[in-house]
Amino acid sequence: MMNIERIRNDFPVLHQELYGKPLVYLDNAATTQKPQCVIDTVRHYYERDNSNIHRGVHTLSERATAAYEASRETIRAFFNAKSSKEVIFTRGTTESINLVASSWGGANIGKDDEILITHMEHHSNIVPWQMLCKRTGAILKVVPMNQAGELDMDAFASLLSERTKLLGVVQMSNALGTINPIQSMIQQAHAVGAVVLVDGAQAAAHMPVDVQALDIDFYVTSAHKMYGPTGVGVLIGKQALLEAMPPYQGGGDMILMVTFETTQYNDLPHKFEAGTPNIAGVIGFGEAIRYIQAIGFDNIVPREKVLLNYATVQAQNFDGLKQIGVAKEKACVLSFVMDGIHPHDLGTILDREAVAIRAGHHCAMPVMQFYKVPATARASFSIYNTEAEVDALFAALTKARDMFA
Amino acid sequence: MFSLGDLYQQVIIDHTKAPRNFGKLEPCNHDAEGYNPLCGDQLHVYLQVNDEQIIEDITFEGQGCSISTASASLMTEALKGKSLSAFQGLFDAFHAMATADMDDKPNEEVLGKLAVLAGVKEFPSRIKCATLCWHTVKSAMENAAQSARTE
Repeated sequence: MMNIERIRNDFPVLHQELYGKPLVYLDNAATTQKPQCVIDTVRHYYERDNSNIHRGVHTLSERATAAYEASRETIRAFFNAKSSKEVIFTRGTTESINLVASSWGGANIGKDDEILITHMEHHSNIVPWQMLCKRTGAILKVVPMNQAGELDMDAFASLLSERTKLLGVVQMSNALGTINPIQSMIQQAHAVGAVVLVDGAQAAAHMPVDVQALDIDFYVTSAHKMYGPTGVGVLIGKQALLEAMPPYQGGGDMILMVTFETTQYNDLPHKFEAGTPNIAGVIGFGEAIRYIQAIGFDNIVPREKVLLNYATVQAQNFDGLKQIGVAKEKACVLSFVMDGIHPHDLGTILDREAVAIRAGHHCAMPVMQFYKVPATARASFSIYNTEAEVDALFAALTKARDMFA
Repeated sequence: MFSLGDLYQQVIIDHTKAPRNFGKLEPCNHDAEGYNPLCGDQLHVYLQVNDEQIIEDITFEGQGCSISTASASLMTEALKGKSLSAFQGLFDAFHAMATADMDDKPNEEVLGKLAVLAGVKEFPSRIKCATLCWHTVKSAMENAAQSARTE
């Protein structure tokens, strides 16, 4: 059992008032708050260990390198990657996808090849592929979805062919909360010889992922949606794929030997980590993962389900509210529109009630186009949210409805 | 501190629910599209300006939040029958009001009914909702080929 009060006490930011009311933070799909242990870890690094990694022979550099590489091992184990060589640190999910699109895509995609994505992708899993298609003459195909916000699996099967070179699919939609059946999708994509990239930005804090069991070729996610720092994320790729790929960026750390005539690239994972990385961020990321592990998905998954159900029942009974995204398999996200009140007005009104939600297109404009709405309001939940906070959300929505009545 | 009630005054709610001068204007000799990429607000303004440089008629279409819809609605009321130089004066006064310091009082003499939007300055993320329509009219007057943007 999870003790929510104890978890809340780990997050200093939650304990404040806005406009005289206790903060209700329901924008976790945008970014999660950070527990004290992550803040302390980052602070400790800057106060005691700050130095550059992989080069110094002095004590601080050795400490920083050890902590940085320990994070790599923590993250490897968390996602059950085969080797820490398969764990590449990046600036986040967006950079991880751009790395794959640029490096793997540049080497493997040609004219008339097909890249398959889905209608519910975040812009970061659309635009890099569009750019690749523009460069190479490849074709971008899109798996459609139904009104509930579930992928059309028949259409998916018929879109797959030997021309499909890559499937890019979001594990959990940030705009809808839908959890996609990635296991089956990966198997079908592999059957036609396609490589699969899974965008785990939204999912990784909320459900366990085993990249070997799922046979995922590329898995990408961001630390900041997992209680870690912003500006750091990871690309986990199969070693054979990563070894065959050319470097993404050139610079320090990614080389073994440089002359003006030629450069010998470093081994994995360093080949893809040019320049001084976000050392504090990576170390903080590792601590965030340990924080999740200490609570455990056995506790997190059922608890977050209970809370989403609690919110969903209230949403269903709320006059004038229409949910956007009612997939059977979903988690942590309540996206909605309200009759006669634009989501941005809702966002402002709720803010003055100290309820933080997201209003907008959630970087998923094609999802908005599908539902023919300019924007939605989105409440998104995390391990530290409570039933009382859901009640506060709906009390604030009642106030908004009354204002526009 | 401004309260929610200062932003969402009854006049604004009223103009949101029943926007004035809403729809396409035919004939019209100036028009432009305005777009706020941050929130997706989109509007189109149409003007009929006569030889004496008087705005004979003005309408708007589009979709957006309460603040952007009410602002556009109130703007069309304020601009109908005004000269282009009067428009510039109103544009400047409106802009000054939306970005003024908290303690500054809006120039109600110039702004008239538009002063109900003074509350936006307390809500930084919403200022652009109120100013989008004004920028759009400006670009319509300049017959800009590109749509007006708040970014």
